[in-house]
Amino acid sequence: MKIDVQVDAKGLACPMPIVRGKKALDAMQSGQFMELFATDKGALNDFQAWVKSSKNEWVSHEEKDGVHRFVIKKG
Amino acid sequence: MEREKSTIVLFSGDLDKAIAAFIIANGAAAYDHDVTIFFTFWGLNTMRKEEVVKTNKGMLEKMFGWMMPRGANKLGLSNMNMLGMGPKMIKHVLKKHNALTLPQLIELAQEQGVKLVACTMTMDLLGLQQEELIDGMEYAGVAAYLGDATNAKVNLFI
Repeated sequence: MKIDVQVDAKGLACPMPIVRGKKALDAMQSGQFMELFATDKGALNDFQAWVKSSKNEWVSHEEKDGVHRFVIKKG
Repeated sequence: MEREKSTIVLFSGDLDKAIAAFIIANGAAAYDHDVTIFFTFWGLNTMRKEEVVKTNKGMLEKMFGWMMPRGANKLGLSNMNMLGMGPKMIKHVLKKHNALTLPQLIELAQEQGVKLVACTMTMDLLGLQQEELIDGMEYAGVAAYLGDATNAKVNLFI
């Protein structure tokens, strides 16, 4: 899987990680992959709910040392 | 697919409540909702320009104008205001946690296309004129708000 767009939202507080992710996805083509990093403690629940309500697709999530890495496919 | 809608009535002129309202509005905009914030009563002060704007007003309106906070940077807290120390502390804490300040949240909301509507009836009551509010606002009444709210699933009164 090729990552097309990377977004670094580390250190940013709510609602910025979602806002940054949305902005990046808006500029992408359908089928492209976005990788987003965030350290906000609510980020996992936020991104799960947000992706579910959108046309985009959840690909993967992992967390290491408090840094969340999300991969989302643009729908 | 029809876009989802969200609306917020910002009645309060408290800094903490205005921050909450604008965080929710920006979140909803990131959800791709059409978002409306309807400013009424003390909430209007959030959108006042910081500088003194020359207007033609009566005595009572002038007094209101001087007593009410002039813009997002001048609002007090609903709790622990401590004669203005509270807002200073909150602004410090926001910075420390990398959270956006209220003026930044307002700017982001405008950038994300959040519709900012000032209630013209309460503007009259408080003696506020269009030139005193920041640019890019719309001016309307309760019917326009209800037009947006009727089709929205999230409608908040803050």
